[in-house]
Amino acid sequence: MTESVTSAPPADTRAGKPFLEVKDLQVHFPTDDGMVRAVNGLNFTLERGKTLGIVGESGSGKSVSSLAIMGLHKGSKAKVTGEIWLDGAELVGMSVPEMRALRGQQVAMIFQDPLSAMHPFFRVGDQLTEAFLVHNDAPKAVAKKRAIELLDRVGIPSPDKRFFDYPHQFSGGMRQRAMIAMALMCDPSLLIADEPTTALDVTVQAQILDLMKDLQKEFNSAIILITHDLGVVAKMTENVVVMYGGRVVESGNVRDIFYRPEMPYTWGLLGSIPRVNRSGDGRLKSIRGTPPSLINLPKGCPFQPRCDYQEHVEGANCSTELPELLQIGQEQHRVRCHIKSEERRQLFTEQIKPSL
Amino acid sequence: MGRYLIRRLIQAVFVLVVISAITFFLFWATPANPALLICGKNCNAETVAQVNATYGFDKPLVVQYGQYMQGLVSPGGRTIGSEGNERNCPWPCFGESYQNGIPVWNSIKDAFPATLWLALGAAVLWLVAGVMLGLIAALRKGKFIDKLSVGLALFGVSFPTIVFGYLLLYLFIVKLNWIPFPDTANAALFSVGPVKWLQFYILPWITLALVFAALYTRITRANMIDTMNEDYIRTARAKGLDERTVVFKHGLRSALTPIVTIFGLDVGGLLGGAVITEQIFSITGLGKFSIDSVLSNDLPAIMGVVLFAAIFVVLANIVVDVLYAVIDPRVRLA
Repeated sequence: MTESVTSAPPADTRAGKPFLEVKDLQVHFPTDDGMVRAVNGLNFTLERGKTLGIVGESGSGKSVSSLAIMGLHKGSKAKVTGEIWLDGAELVGMSVPEMRALRGQQVAMIFQDPLSAMHPFFRVGDQLTEAFLVHNDAPKAVAKKRAIELLDRVGIPSPDKRFFDYPHQFSGGMRQRAMIAMALMCDPSLLIADEPTTALDVTVQAQILDLMKDLQKEFNSAIILITHDLGVVAKMTENVVVMYGGRVVESGNVRDIFYRPEMPYTWGLLGSIPRVNRSGDGRLKSIRGTPPSLINLPKGCPFQPRCDYQEHVEGANCSTELPELLQIGQEQHRVRCHIKSEERRQLFTEQIKPSL
Repeated sequence: MGRYLIRRLIQAVFVLVVISAITFFLFWATPANPALLICGKNCNAETVAQVNATYGFDKPLVVQYGQYMQGLVSPGGRTIGSEGNERNCPWPCFGESYQNGIPVWNSIKDAFPATLWLALGAAVLWLVAGVMLGLIAALRKGKFIDKLSVGLALFGVSFPTIVFGYLLLYLFIVKLNWIPFPDTANAALFSVGPVKWLQFYILPWITLALVFAALYTRITRANMIDTMNEDYIRTARAKGLDERTVVFKHGLRSALTPIVTIFGLDVGGLLGGAVITEQIFSITGLGKFSIDSVLSNDLPAIMGVVLFAAIFVVLANIVVDVLYAVIDPRVRLA
């Protein structure tokens, strides 16, 4: 398997190695019902200052992959294999104390729902300073100053007073800002944002995304943006990985994914974006069926049970043979599908594009 | 905060008045006849009438209730006894026992220390044991130690206190002779010293604590498992905190919050007396006093012990609510 997305030409890399490289990552959870294969062979690379979007519906393995990068599966029953290289260090085999030193320091995470992701009993300020003090041997006053600076930076009004508030006294947007400030306390070089704006309304969402972009420029951090919102992906990312059933089904730069998608699942995702100016009867197209059980993944293509384009396949069997993730064209655009590339392009221009 | 407390205290007084009225009128709704009880063996119509006049049983019930409550409300207490033999019953006047004429308040004051020691000692024991077992079980979920503590908890909940208490008594006092027979004199810590005191209380503590420890183990375990699955625990780990800080600072704090509520109410309830445990180990506490009062139809004693116990329950409720607001910043007292 050779699946990878290169975000940038290896300009600022050490010895030609990318800043973050995930190689054949697999995450499996043993349960009473059987092995849950949440992630099956994920590959990507990411450079500093760049943003990678991971897209897919619930249960496609997005969050599980990001938790693996944070090493948060360590100590649980999850079986993580493969390699994760961050700035020359391999994270999968790393011991828990070593990993702990990286968490929050080099890799930080912004979680989805900031109300449940912040401790309800501790002041926002204390939660921020805690993130700083665990990695820095500094007096509390220094940590407090830094926290107030960052709260100010993420746009929280009168941060010196808000420092003493509890999370429930913040609005949803402010909590998410505080969450971002918390993740930035130690200047992490890799920021993983797991659905950072899903719980927010659209105006606040736009502010938060702008903020993240500004901060990325300022701190030159790499961002992994996990989302199911393709609008967010279009706005934020350079490269996109589309995941389905724990596998990458399509990957490439953001223009390839939006303008030249070739995997029927990506078509489905694009077709289900609500648009104000959509023609026709105005109904959204949903992908029929439900996501596959991660315990009994289909033998062949994971998307086969829901795919409407199987009659276009020649010389392969979708339900028994897993298509490889193959590069098409010159760029890093890769697709996992049995349909021939020319035919996929034709299908997209003739059938899919007009209805988008 | 101040206004809240005042409102809660007024509510508490109201609750206590209702409880006293219910107890009083319920007592008179039973076929009990205190006059016969008081005049004893040589009863005739004349002596019964005399007793009725002395104790005021000939007056309407509402008047009797009013007189009784006067002793609790008026700072000077009230006057009791027959004409020519009147005496003042100082505040708080719960009346005099029909059984032996001792002022009920004195009996309560005598019985309370034993109950207090019993409840507090047991409370410390079950809190420590329950929370520790529950915590270990939650952190080692599914492992042997978890199954063991869940099993122990099931055993503790389902073992009747009366059987467990007598079993302990038989084993350690009668059979093994490790501990001397309970002597009420040893209930007082300051006059007998800590060794005798401990020997007196250790088995009652274990007996009383068993059920509670079992319940607290289960509650702590369940709360802790829930809490450790919370998003904010993941956040704490993602910050790079070590597991001890994650468990004790971030996890236990949340998991123990509901325990504070239950603990306050349980201790408050037990300060009114632990009937079975006191009975088994011959502790002359409020539990034993209340049993004796009920069995002898001794209305002033029943009223006294019911109200006294109710005060603790009502106060415990207020304390718990205030504490909860202190622990959880999301809770506002209103």
